[in-house]
Amino acid sequence: MPFEYAPAPESRSVVDIASSYGLFINGDFVDASSGITFKTVNPATEEVLADISEAGAADVDRAVAAARAAYENVWGPMSGRDRAKYLFRIARLVQERSRELAVLETLDNGKPIRESRDVDLPLVAAHFFYHAGWADKLEHAGYGAHPRPIGVAAQVIPWNFPLLMLAWKIAPALACGNTVVLKPAETTPLTALAFADICRQADLPPGVVNIITGAGDTGRLLVEHPDVDKVAFTGSTHVGKAIQRALAGTDTRLSLELGGKAANVIFDDAPLDQAVEGVVNGIFFNQGHVCCAGSRLLLQESIAEEVVDSLKRRLGTLRLGDPLDKNTDIGAINSAGQLARIVDLVDSGDAEGADRWSAPCELPDRGYWFPPTIFTGVTQAHRIAREEIFGPVLSVLTFRTPDEAVEKANNTPYGLSAGIWTEKGSRILWMAERLRAGVVWANTFNRFDPASPFGGYKESGFGREGGIQGLGAYLSGEDH
Amino acid sequence: MTRLASIDSLPDANPGSLRRFLHGLPGVDEVGARGRVDALGTRSIKNEAKAWAIDLSIRMVDLTTLEGMDTPGKVRAMCAKAVRPDPTDPSVPSVAAVCVYGDLAATARAAVGDRVHVAAVATAFPSGRASLEVKLADVRDAIDGGADEIDMVIDRGAFLAGEYARVFEEIVAVKEACGTAHLKVILETGELRTLDNVRRASWLAMLAGADFIKTSTGKVTPAATPPVTLVMLEAVRDFRDATGRLIGVKAAGGIRTSKDAIKYLVLVNETVGDQWLVPDLFRFGASTLLNDLLLQRQRMATGHYSGPDYVTID
Repeated sequence: MPFEYAPAPESRSVVDIASSYGLFINGDFVDASSGITFKTVNPATEEVLADISEAGAADVDRAVAAARAAYENVWGPMSGRDRAKYLFRIARLVQERSRELAVLETLDNGKPIRESRDVDLPLVAAHFFYHAGWADKLEHAGYGAHPRPIGVAAQVIPWNFPLLMLAWKIAPALACGNTVVLKPAETTPLTALAFADICRQADLPPGVVNIITGAGDTGRLLVEHPDVDKVAFTGSTHVGKAIQRALAGTDTRLSLELGGKAANVIFDDAPLDQAVEGVVNGIFFNQGHVCCAGSRLLLQESIAEEVVDSLKRRLGTLRLGDPLDKNTDIGAINSAGQLARIVDLVDSGDAEGADRWSAPCELPDRGYWFPPTIFTGVTQAHRIAREEIFGPVLSVLTFRTPDEAVEKANNTPYGLSAGIWTEKGSRILWMAERLRAGVVWANTFNRFDPASPFGGYKESGFGREGGIQGLGAYLSGEDH
Repeated sequence: MTRLASIDSLPDANPGSLRRFLHGLPGVDEVGARGRVDALGTRSIKNEAKAWAIDLSIRMVDLTTLEGMDTPGKVRAMCAKAVRPDPTDPSVPSVAAVCVYGDLAATARAAVGDRVHVAAVATAFPSGRASLEVKLADVRDAIDGGADEIDMVIDRGAFLAGEYARVFEEIVAVKEACGTAHLKVILETGELRTLDNVRRASWLAMLAGADFIKTSTGKVTPAATPPVTLVMLEAVRDFRDATGRLIGVKAAGGIRTSKDAIKYLVLVNETVGDQWLVPDLFRFGASTLLNDLLLQRQRMATGHYSGPDYVTID
């Protein structure tokens, strides 16, 4: 008799969503000067959650000016010890309000509550705690005896981990003495706006954190603003390139964390049951909306059939549906636009002759959904092996020898992450030396920690976030 | 798994072939296995699903007393409870079996009749430190007393010394002595220590003819844990794929609350599927778990918690 799990939805009543939101500038919520608004929707139901202000040129000017004034007068001169107090306070407030923030994230983004509750929010708090600890110890971080902040940081973040990406950007910037203007993605602004409220609750001096909302145009106005000293962007390689072109020749500092097409490599001596879990976690975590997702599975030929069979059996147990249900594993695709991109790339996989298999799960009638999908018979030449799909779609390739595994893993314009599965320690080290990826996981995947630097090479960007290395993006020592 | 399924012949008692086979099984990454059970531990089982799981858990209990101070009176009282766990509520199902020492099997059988199974621990339980003749005599004694399930222990010393063939042959001999009685093979995973050993011992027991593989005696800490049970469930799943035979799993020792029991059912459901969610293929070896299941059941029926005085202590 089947064990049917009864619905176990997390209560929506812990969040209080306003019907409309202004821009958070200089410690206050203000309307956009143009009065233009756009809507943010729940991707699982297409229900409109709130009207959001679209910041124009005048608003960006105001936000940058507020950040400049706060930098010159308050935050820049403040001692590291005092900055730390604010950051610790923010970290604690995030923890206290984590249930509310997790529900809000799930409503706006579509990710399962299990992930926003157990992964996103604990990491958000951890990033603030970690960087709060650095604020008064920066002279020991290896950036010279007197490392100084850079100034005003313009930060543009994506929709896949809205609050976590905010934490990755704001925590180190503030710890190092910079002030920020941050723009969340247009489809997921709500947790950033809730964070603005946390800044007020923490009595953070006005102007230290400014949150402006809008789409690509707002982002362009922000990163190209002449009074910005530092730009940090996480998002697509396409936009990252445009930002780099725009900033060429200026002395604005830039760090980019862009796309990826990570290889997850399984050798025949791997712990197979855990490797299968690692593959699932690598590509189906957060609906595959993860820049470091293990979207290319490289299997040693001798175990390929066995692993694909196990993987299919495992995908059959994934629970897709209401993201607020505590038992949901796979939530909604974040937007209609992203769903269209996934469908387009999946169609190209069919057209180019790869074999598609999707987990047998029922998709809800409303909202944006895509079932966990595996392509076998994929070659390096297929689009689905080269382009970032950013969805729950795995391309399976095979290899015969370790050298071939390295060659195939590296044969991509990206270089953000990679995974190795083998019980042989020497092979892990041998592979890690040769894989051109910023993060290499061994016998695990998609593990994050604020103390561990994250970032890519090649078209996956440059600069590191997290750890001692990440502080460098927000400091300018004399000898640096 | 297909690699195992495609093996032409499973190994026999030949020491070399057993060793090659067991050491050729894929390893288990402890961190990954723990991560998997932690993730499944967050499943939220509510309302009708919880009520269903509680009743199923009751039907899967091997109600156990394995103390030096056991008396016929104690065993008879426990047997009454096994047959009718909640005297105030006839809708509560009987447990799967009572589990006692071999010398009390006859007392238990007389008390339960054929309403529940009688399991007896045997083979010099819990340490297994006796000669094969003594162990077989222990088994025959229990069966003569009326036990229809035998819970044997493996020789952990021989297993850890790599003498797999010895362990294998002992299980084969005990299975033969069991006749039609069901054989549960206790791996005592708390003494095997690594999950690699748990996987190998599981396969060894299944190859030798176990009907059930069981985590623990309950006399060693840790007893049953979710990671160990996960690995054993993976083993019975792979053994089914290789041979078509269904082997049961019994998690014994340390499972005291309904919440824990439901976590184990989730583990079964999402590892081997609902085919195993029957008392013939999954059991809890426990003494105190039953009362918590009954309290939770009363709570769900009445909407409020009663208290320990509202369930019987037998």
